[in-house]
Amino acid sequence: MKVLVPVKRVIDYNVKVRVKADGSGVDLANVKMSMNPFDEIAVEEAIRLKEAGKADEVVAVSIGVKQAQETLRTALAMGADRAILVIAADDVHQDIEPLAVAKILAKVVEEEQPGIVLAGKQSIDNDMNATGQMLSALLGWSQGTFASELDIDGDSAKITREVDGGLQTISVKMPTIVTVDLRLNEPRYASLPNIMKAKKKPLDEKTAADYGVDVTPRLEIVKTEEPAARAAGIIVGSVDELVEKLKEAGAV
Amino acid sequence: MAVLLLAEVTNGELGLDATAKAVTAAKQLGDVTVLAAGASAAAAGDAAAKIDGVSKVLVAEDASLGHRLAEATAALIVSLADGYEHIVAPATTDAKNVMPRVAALLDSMIISDASGVVDGSTFERPIYAGNAVQTVKSNDAKKVITIRTSTFDAAGEGGSASVETVSAAADPGLSSWVEDKVAESDRPELTSAGVVVSGGRGVGSEDDFKLIETLADKLGAAVGASRAAVDSGYAPNDWQVGQTGKVVAPDLYVAVGISGAIQHLAGMKDSKIIVAINKDEEAPIFQVADFGLVADLFQAVPELTEKLG
Repeated sequence: MKVLVPVKRVIDYNVKVRVKADGSGVDLANVKMSMNPFDEIAVEEAIRLKEAGKADEVVAVSIGVKQAQETLRTALAMGADRAILVIAADDVHQDIEPLAVAKILAKVVEEEQPGIVLAGKQSIDNDMNATGQMLSALLGWSQGTFASELDIDGDSAKITREVDGGLQTISVKMPTIVTVDLRLNEPRYASLPNIMKAKKKPLDEKTAADYGVDVTPRLEIVKTEEPAARAAGIIVGSVDELVEKLKEAGAV
Repeated sequence: MAVLLLAEVTNGELGLDATAKAVTAAKQLGDVTVLAAGASAAAAGDAAAKIDGVSKVLVAEDASLGHRLAEATAALIVSLADGYEHIVAPATTDAKNVMPRVAALLDSMIISDASGVVDGSTFERPIYAGNAVQTVKSNDAKKVITIRTSTFDAAGEGGSASVETVSAAADPGLSSWVEDKVAESDRPELTSAGVVVSGGRGVGSEDDFKLIETLADKLGAAVGASRAAVDSGYAPNDWQVGQTGKVVAPDLYVAVGISGAIQHLAGMKDSKIIVAINKDEEAPIFQVADFGLVADLFQAVPELTEKLG
């Protein structure tokens, strides 16, 4: 079975995001970029499936700007076998919407015929939480979102999902699309020898046009602003003072 | 203009708070029809009919719609989509599972977690864990939207909408339910509670999380947790507050032993009053707190619990 893992290049998890003063977006100049953390978990799970003998090939795919090559090299260094880069934008500020990404991924799935697509549940930049579900819809496949456990058994898979009330376990027909949550696994770090080896692994370059997908955004971005700031608070000196302040504020 | 709103229905019961908050947002878009779907949904439909601002309720009952499975629920919504310009739902995990699927089937781009309605096609939504707010205008014929419930007040009662029955779409038969693991609790529900007490990594163990729970019970509060506390096994996943967990905006939020990573702040910074108790005075949580107490939580929390008598 082949595993397809979509990965996205995003602002690093630890970077404090700055909104541009002219309201046109978020400042990406000289900002550290990394693989979306949820996608790292997806890559890790794919590699574990291969190590467990349940998968024979892990293919990472990224859709975006040319620089997403680096993100794919990270996936290859972690243990993916090969990578596909689909260039869909020249400007790093242009985010390709989940619907367009899903349409391109659907074409990649047609070509590659994976038995499972493992994706992050959301990217930490646009926070849409949509690509996996949309891909599943376009393919008419089953979906298992927000997975914290995955157990593939022949033509079905058992997936435990993190939901509002607790945990839900479902059984889905293969092939399927699983979007992964935080507690599925802890991704490995790529070792230096594996980073070197990754440079020699195959990385195919394509464009959105090769797949005949129009990536024109459906959502026009009117403006991007800083959220309203909270007024500064005070530091109290004791529990007694805290209780007094809370009573004054009518909070207790 | 008409709006179809997917009600939050869990095991036959209406999630009134989430649904009523989404109604408040949906009312601004047009005439609201609520869809209650489930293996049993009639009682939920009747409850939704009483929400102020709902003009019609559709009830779809079918075994395939039980347990909120995405494939069958999305197929149902798509079968009903004609005549509606907006299809909305509260941004619960159920709706986040279903609505992007609906959007793709309708060739629309989902608008996730809308925190504001500007007009019928323009919405505000937080991005980058709430570090920026984006205003987007949809050019799609049908807008599919999930509503961030923490930014809307719940619509009141007093409606008397008509209730109709509709049939389920053909079951795609792609997935089936196995089991739910739900912790029973007498505490208020996290996303609708007036007071939330949350613990973080600083609490140190599952046993010591009882300190947080005791304070919460004294305040009649729901219990929350940071990602670090959940990852460490101190608290269950459904207590997680933050970018990828639940978003809350209670009247009072007490953060104990939580440093205040931006991913956590994303889930609680719209709370009316924030209290932070942390022994590290440099912790970023103090930057959003109205009242900060630099103290050892193992002394301060029991003392606070006692003095709030």
